[in-house]
Amino acid sequence: MGFEDWAAEPINWVFLAVALATTVSGLRVVTSPNVVHAALFLVAALAGTAAIFLLLAAEFLAWVLVLVYIGAVIVLFLFGIMITRAPTGRDEAEVDHGRRLPAVLVSTALFILLLWGLVSQWGDTTLDSVTAGTPTSVLAEGLLGRFVFPFEVVGFVLLAALVGGITIARRDLSPAEEKERESR
Amino acid sequence: MSPWLALAIWLLVVATIIPVMGMAIGYAEMKISAHMQSRIGPYFAGGRFGWAQLIADGVKFFQKEDLVPDNADRPVFKMAPVLVMVGTVGLFVVIPFGPGLTPQNLDLGIFYALAISSIGTIGVLMAGWSSGNKYSLMGGLRAAGQLIAYELPLVLAVVGVVILAGTMSLDGIVQAQISWFSEAGWSLGMPFVIVQAVGLGVFFVASLAELSRIPFDMPIAESELVMGYLTEYSGFRFLFFFLAEFANMFTLSAIAATLFLGGYWVPGVPDSILQFVGPLVLLGKIALFVFVSIWFRWTFPRFREDQLQTLAWKWLVPISLANIIVTGVLKVVL
Repeated sequence: MGFEDWAAEPINWVFLAVALATTVSGLRVVTSPNVVHAALFLVAALAGTAAIFLLLAAEFLAWVLVLVYIGAVIVLFLFGIMITRAPTGRDEAEVDHGRRLPAVLVSTALFILLLWGLVSQWGDTTLDSVTAGTPTSVLAEGLLGRFVFPFEVVGFVLLAALVGGITIARRDLSPAEEKERESR
Repeated sequence: MSPWLALAIWLLVVATIIPVMGMAIGYAEMKISAHMQSRIGPYFAGGRFGWAQLIADGVKFFQKEDLVPDNADRPVFKMAPVLVMVGTVGLFVVIPFGPGLTPQNLDLGIFYALAISSIGTIGVLMAGWSSGNKYSLMGGLRAAGQLIAYELPLVLAVVGVVILAGTMSLDGIVQAQISWFSEAGWSLGMPFVIVQAVGLGVFFVASLAELSRIPFDMPIAESELVMGYLTEYSGFRFLFFFLAEFANMFTLSAIAATLFLGGYWVPGVPDSILQFVGPLVLLGKIALFVFVSIWFRWTFPRFREDQLQTLAWKWLVPISLANIIVTGVLKVVL
């Protein structure tokens, strides 16, 4: 496909804009000196990812990303940051641990691994059209039919993690403290 | 019609509907509150019934200075009202106003609506944090805790309806209510409130909490937090929050009416007539919900923070989970 063909298709320009915005926001997540700004750039990066899913007609995945990650996970992030410390302006605390080289190595290795996996598995596959996405009912049948066992296992593991988290974080009051609290 | 022209028309429609609806609901709130408390309320503006009061208020907001506090984080402070508005405007896309009158009949209608409305939470947190004011921060924190807690029952309450209708498209849900019992040649409709009264109750309470309306107005509790996350906002940006709240009230009521009361449908009226009266019917059902929420406002005192969380996690979530199980079992058995 030459540049002419590429430029004639408006969706390519949309993709370019979305992909650039996502990449820049992703970079700002790790370079921003203020931890709240980093979380907000993560929102932008996730929104860009959702938009790319929409361009691929994967509607359900896009809205799951918005509902679960933007609507719940990031809100919890921000909640956690604000409840502990909420720096406005420049954050005095050092959020950069300075180990640039290992970070670059690990992320490059991860990128190569993912790229290699995707290209070797689906490198030759082309989408006939992106206008017809997968209906949600097909996705549901897959999750609750063929993949029901892994699905349930993941659910079980998450439940165990939740219970474990509560057990670690919660400290039961001793009888003396209990009495003191009631008398207050 | 070119897509750009269509886009311009839609933008114009939305840009008209939101302020008009905001003003209509704001006026209703003023007058109904006044009557419930036996005070006269706005009376003189415009000559009669004080109809011009809100227009005067709107003009006042336009004239006010757009203040940004010195301690504020400027870009975040300025983005927050826009983000809150996005969550509201996005909801208008999927509401079915009549047969064939859905702006976009998405396959995932209700799921999209719940996802897009959750974006507003980020806007509220941004407003609370970026103001550089401890009252705002407390308000933002309370809002985040409350919105997370009540989003769960809101989503779970919808699941019962989705199980019954067998679709997530809002238009499909209305159609499922129109032809609930259908035998050869005739059909009998049923609004889902008859079998999903529990779902409606949970949805309504949770949507009141999502809107931070009294009795769930902990995030802006005037007597404790000045105005919560709105403290530092003035002029046009305050107006944005204000309009978003009323427009959100409108859209959430519209979704409740669509899910549980049959949306634009009235029994015994054919589609050809519904095409014209459908939007009015929907408006009537929305007005019912709006009236009840204003009524709530002057009936219940504000919750305490722990009572608010108890209601969400110990009552609404288990009730809606039980509702899903019962609905699912009955759907399979019957």
